[in-house]
Amino acid sequence: MDEIRKVIRDYVVKEYLEEGDDREIREDTPLITGGIVDSFSMVSLKRFLERKYSIQIPDAEATPQAFDTVNSIAALVTRFTKA
Amino acid sequence: MSSIATHPGYEELCTNFDWAIAERELGVAKGGRINIGWHCSDRICALGLASKPALIWEDFAGNGRTYTFDDLRVLSNTIAAYLDNLGLQPGERICLFMDRVPELYIGFLGILKMGGIAQPLFSAFGEDSLLTRLADAGTSAIVTQRKHVGKVRRIRERLPELRHIVVVDAGDAPLQEREVPMALDELPRVEIFDIYPSTSETPSVLHYTSGTTGQPKGAQHVHYSIVAQYLTAKWVLDLQPNDVYWCNADPGWVTGTSYGIIGPWSNGTTQVVLDSGFLTERWYTFIAKHRVTVWYSAPTAIRLLMRDGTQVVKKFDLSSLRHLCSVGEPLNAEAVIWSQEAFGLPFHDTFWQTETGCIVITNLPGMPIKPGSMGKPFPGITATVLDPRTHEPYDRPGPVGLIALRPGWPSMIRSYWNNPTGYAGKFRNGWYLCGDRASIDPDGYFWFVGRDDDVINTGGHLVGPFEIESALLEHPAVAESAAVAKPDPVNMEVVKAFVTLKPGFEGGPDLELEIMNFVRKKLSPLAMPQEIEFIASLPKTRSGKIVRRILRSKEFGEPVGDTSTLMDE
Repeated sequence: MDEIRKVIRDYVVKEYLEEGDDREIREDTPLITGGIVDSFSMVSLKRFLERKYSIQIPDAEATPQAFDTVNSIAALVTRFTKA
Repeated sequence: MSSIATHPGYEELCTNFDWAIAERELGVAKGGRINIGWHCSDRICALGLASKPALIWEDFAGNGRTYTFDDLRVLSNTIAAYLDNLGLQPGERICLFMDRVPELYIGFLGILKMGGIAQPLFSAFGEDSLLTRLADAGTSAIVTQRKHVGKVRRIRERLPELRHIVVVDAGDAPLQEREVPMALDELPRVEIFDIYPSTSETPSVLHYTSGTTGQPKGAQHVHYSIVAQYLTAKWVLDLQPNDVYWCNADPGWVTGTSYGIIGPWSNGTTQVVLDSGFLTERWYTFIAKHRVTVWYSAPTAIRLLMRDGTQVVKKFDLSSLRHLCSVGEPLNAEAVIWSQEAFGLPFHDTFWQTETGCIVITNLPGMPIKPGSMGKPFPGITATVLDPRTHEPYDRPGPVGLIALRPGWPSMIRSYWNNPTGYAGKFRNGWYLCGDRASIDPDGYFWFVGRDDDVINTGGHLVGPFEIESALLEHPAVAESAAVAKPDPVNMEVVKAFVTLKPGFEGGPDLELEIMNFVRKKLSPLAMPQEIEFIASLPKTRSGKIVRRILRSKEFGEPVGDTSTLMDE
């Protein structure tokens, strides 16, 4: 789980934070409400997770709530990895 | 200020309608002095509402601030004086490139007060989107936040006319060439500012909007637009003295300025702003906390709320809500019915666009709603549907045609910036063409059918295929591309790209994700293709023009129509 959290956090920092945006991304930082990842960008994040972990996340499960923090995304990935 | 609390009938409102109703209430006349910045702040204070809350702002974490109309007056003076002191002149374009922070809303009024043209841009725009719009407008200054300044730095060398980059939250961060800090709380408050003597036709706001061909066009509004924005906000949104109003739209788009700034504040209405991404419970918490009474939202947001069901609604006290409206894309009948069940109130659909500046077809309060219909023309607006072959109005209800408006309402744009030919091309037989198709039923209600061009309406925002295709071609693997709309249950449409690859590249999920992220960063999350299909060749005419209509029709499961002019495979 820690490794998954690290992968997600690193990807969010690399792909969704602007150069010069010095906000710290912690595991509980709100990504959706905090305006770091929006509902359109969630599609690319979901696609990345599906490729990285060879999983399929149903659209109904890919909700803003599920994608709001590194922790909640990691929980989602873990659930589908186990499934 | 009078109101229509008793909701006179539609026919009664239309009888003897005259925009002079709004002119009288605002104390303006066509050709006379009008300054939107003054009308939304100083004038409201002069009406005895100086201590009334104008803006109740809250961020995603729940931190908030309240600004009265007197704060609006003084702080917009302060920003106007700051910009004036930078040497900015009336008529220069000043871009607002920020999240929904108070400086965005107050800065909008400040720019107008010093005679500048406010150019709000969506803060999620990437550097290519930003460059296109700033270069076309010849923008002189951009007001932004530290977290967005990196995008400006990467393009500023290609913007010789951009003299000032104003950073509202610079703090101790080192600034670079042309960058200046503007900490609003630390500036000396300017009680009296010599407001620019704008008149009704003085340019006020420049909003960029997408078309099928070419880069986005700058829709040029004037100060007289306030006449229509004031009255439509009052009658359609039904704003009344004690309302607490929430408009979900970002001021980077026209709804966020016409009805997120000018409409409510010219009516002296208290508005609330939430600077946060979408989460159902966060939104309901916000409505309950601030006792929101009038809510102007969008179908995409409503469908996301619907997805979470009515049970979650019951966890919150939303009893303050009394009037709901929607804009951005057609509001489906299911959403109207759901909102009645969830909130005990229907959403009232409204139709308009960047070029119209104000709501033009709508369901007025008190009017029977036909779920799924756009409603009827606002009083003073002559709307019809034209036969696409003759560009004449149909002589009977029923057929699908082009939505068209008779020009002349106060908030219609005066031209496209640097593009009068493009503007002239929007008219046929004296009608302004909206670019949408609809039918009219025997009761005079309009029913939306779809766009009449290749523009993609995603989540209520128009995205031009040309801009996306141009960005796709910048990717080293892409040889040719076509961007079209694909139906989507939440966003109505999303972007789908068809791509042919250069020799040596192979399509696959990794390249698809790489190209998606490439476009997202260049343009915006809205413009990012949510699906990319790698194909051997694109359908083209014999003259080599890509035929998007074929690709789009396949996505919508519609007949592809005439293919006789296509190049043989």
